[in-house]
Formats: sequence, C-alpha cells, structure tokens
Amino acid sequence: MSYLKVEVKVGLKEGITDPEGLNIKKSLKLLGFESIENIEVKRSYVIELSGKDEKQIKENVEMMCKKLLVNPVIHDYKVEMIK
Amino acid sequence: MLFGIIWGDYLDRSDIKVCVLRIEGTNNEEEMYNAFKRLGTSPEIVHLKELKDIFDYNCLMIPGGFSAGDYVRAGAIFASRIRAKMANELHKFIDEGWPVGGICNGFQVLVELGLLPGFKRMDYPNACLFLNNSARFECRPTLLKHESKGKCIFTRNIPKGEIMMVPSAHGEGKLLLPKEKDFDKLFENDQVVFRYVDKKGEYAEYPWNPNDSAYNIAGICNEAGNVFGMMPHPERAYFDRNKNGISGMKIFESVLKYIEEK
Repeated sequence: MSYLKVEVKVGLKEGITDPEGLNIKKSLKLLGFESIENIEVKRSYVIELSGKDEKQIKENVEMMCKKLLVNPVIHDYKVEMIK
Repeated sequence: MLFGIIWGDYLDRSDIKVCVLRIEGTNNEEEMYNAFKRLGTSPEIVHLKELKDIFDYNCLMIPGGFSAGDYVRAGAIFASRIRAKMANELHKFIDEGWPVGGICNGFQVLVELGLLPGFKRMDYPNACLFLNNSARFECRPTLLKHESKGKCIFTRNIPKGEIMMVPSAHGEGKLLLPKEKDFDKLFENDQVVFRYVDKKGEYAEYPWNPNDSAYNIAGICNEAGNVFGMMPHPERAYFDRNKNGISGMKIFESVLKYIEEK
C-alpha cells in the first residue's frame, strides 16, 4: 500500500513572546554560548498517510492543523511533503 | 413546616445532576465532585468514553489537571475528543442555557473548543491560554477581583468588586486574543469575570498576576454568561473564607441557584 509522508512545522506568530525560547537561550548562555541572539522553538509533526494524491493529502493535513495541531491565535505553520 | 421547606429544597437540590467530565490526566475531579456534593446535588464523575447523553445532566464541569498529558497544547486533545464525540449536542446544551464551566485545564479545554470567549460559533479556537511569561508552573494563592456586573451565572452570588483568595496552579494561563479590540469587546460585553489584583485590590504585575495575562484576566464567560472558565481553583478554596466571608463555595452556589431557578 502506498503512503506519503508530510511534515507540519508549527511555530509562533511574529510578536508572540516565547517564554520557552527565552528560557533555553538563558540556559545556553549560562553554558557559555554567548553569541546566541534569539531562539525560536518550533514543533514538527511527521505524518504518514495512505494514498497517492498529493493535493488531497495536503488538504487533509491542512484540516488536521485547523482541527487540532494549530491554534490560529498564536501559531503559524507550514505543510511540506517529504520526498 | 420549616422542616418541610428545608426538606423540599433539599430534594430539589439532589435532583440536580452535575457531570464532572474527565479523560486520562484530569486530576481535579474529586475536588470538583466534592464541591457540588457538599451543596446537596448529585454530581457524577464521568469519563468522556462513558458519557451517554449530556442532556442527562443539568451542568457540565471540566476539571483541572493535565488532560492527555497536555500534548499538542494544554487542553487541545480533550477539546478535540469532545468535539469528535458531541460537538452538536454540546452546542445545543449551551444554547438551551445549561451551564458549562471549566477550571484551570477545563478553561483551556473550553478555549480550545472555541466556546470562550465565543464571540461567534467556530470549530477552532479564537483565543489561547499560552505559557506563563515566567516559563514555569506558578502554584500559589492568588487574589481575584470579581468584575462581572451580573452576566456570568457562576458568580452571581458574589458582589461586583469583591476580592477573593483562590489558589492558582498552572503553567499556561496567559490569555491571548487575536486582536486588541477583542479585549475591548470582552469588557463591553461584561465577559470579564475575574482579574488578578494585589493585596490593595489594585491590578498589579507579576507575581500578583501569575501568568502576565493581558489586563490581569483570570476568568471569562461567553456572551450569554452560561459558559465560564477560570484559571485559579475555587474548588480548592471551598471553605477558605476571606475577610468579606467569600470563599470558593460561592461559585458553586451561584450556578446551583441559576439551575434551580431555570
């Protein structure tokens, strides 16, 4: 059975303060990585779906984002096929 | 005669069925159950999988905890499972004026369901309870000022302007809305129910506001006033009377009074 892999990358919209990123930056600086300017934390979902129709699969994944994976108030996201 | 009246009232109360809904990871169902049980109602702790019909109940409460391990986002999985099981029934339940409340993680679930602030009916959230600015779990007593002018059915027994101590315990409680004008709408609609204050009763920054929520908002209701969510835990301060005699019990009394009069 054929299947396709899709990656969904979810990050914060511009202007949303990211306390997690700031905390990681602080910890890395304490470890001596002084050159860090900024850290963005993103979440990646790799989803395997059965089917061949890329367009339909992408639409399907978009719906998954809207229904669960993303909160449109804070998140931007990108859907990419993994070849 | 007096006995008869009291007995009569008691019987009415015991007919009120409250559904304390849980899934894996909720952990405040016992406190929520006890809060309603102590007031003479018939609450039940019901797992979402075992819920037959929401209309078997007069009130739906979603307790705090870490439902589904807070995976994806706090409350997101619980919300999606409720949506999959009973989206239409829940909307009908709310439209008929039955109360729906969420405390802490329950508030996050109601926000993820799009029911709060609920300006219009949507299948996705139009608000977010995001990570506390401190980036850590804030667990301590917080002071709340009651702001509702009477719309919220969960706080009608509490006079406007009263301050109560209610413990907070959350990592994601900062209320965000898509646009600044959405906050104006919240205030105009009398949907802001509780705001964090300091011991002088003034709106103050962290640590008084544990999550740096905009306008110090700690709890909101929908436009009709029958869906309510708050981050702090009134069920954990059930007997803790403040100087003004107000304890967490008032919230549960308020909603029961509404159901009795409905």
